[in-house]
Amino acid sequence: MQILTALITGILFGFGLSLGEMINPARVIGFLDVAGRWDATLLFVMGGALAVSVPLYPLILRRARPLLDQRFFLPMKSAIDRPLIMGAAIFGIGWGLGGFCPGPALAALASGSPAVLLFVIAMIAGQRAAAHIVK
Amino acid sequence: MIEANLIGAVLGGALIGIAATLLLLLNGRIAGISGIVGDIFGDNSFAERIWRAVFVVGIVCGAALYSLISGPLSVQLQTNKPLLIVAGLLVGIGTRLGSGCTSGHGVCGLARRSPRSLAATVTFMLFGVLTVFLMRRLGL
Repeated sequence: MQILTALITGILFGFGLSLGEMINPARVIGFLDVAGRWDATLLFVMGGALAVSVPLYPLILRRARPLLDQRFFLPMKSAIDRPLIMGAAIFGIGWGLGGFCPGPALAALASGSPAVLLFVIAMIAGQRAAAHIVK
Repeated sequence: MIEANLIGAVLGGALIGIAATLLLLLNGRIAGISGIVGDIFGDNSFAERIWRAVFVVGIVCGAALYSLISGPLSVQLQTNKPLLIVAGLLVGIGTRLGSGCTSGHGVCGLARRSPRSLAATVTFMLFGVLTVFLMRRLGL
């Protein structure tokens, strides 16, 4: 059952990213280009997502458990430490360079572009490398 | 610059929010895409890997479904392939080190009122802006 819900939520997620045009690096870089012709699209996508998640998350987390599992699986770290800030900075640089963050890059695979596939392979390689070093 | 479709943006965003909310309500999981992709690999149990792989397949299918309805996906690459590979590596390293990306820290973390996620979101937005600024200055 959880596999099916993962599939459905994944489809909704990918559809939403496409409808919001976040799979288009021109949009994302346009948002980050505050000194140029600024593109507000990403702000509206983020706003639309937060308009749903911000009010509903606390209500859900008030429950003892999710509907299909015994417990919630939430991040346990709470400190604002060096790896967090360094990692976010490195991610931000890569995001600015390519105009892709992980979700949109995966969704953009549906376009069949070999360049997007290269980005995704490099991203997974980077994750694996970092997982070995950080551990 | 292509004309912005802000209604599509808000609706698309709402779908992302609904997906993330359903994943939490049903499966008790955070929809952080970098973590979901990253944990398909490595030493996790089969059950932990399979739902993540299926979720990722779902993302690709969702985009394909959208293109079936409204035509070819617009993916306008802004960088050449070598630079795109560098970008991919940095996104991979950074999201692993920083425990999340735009979805995990941005959409889910802010909804959990996590100060850690707020700090991460401000940081990657700032560095994204700086990077684009420098790229424009260098004519890239």
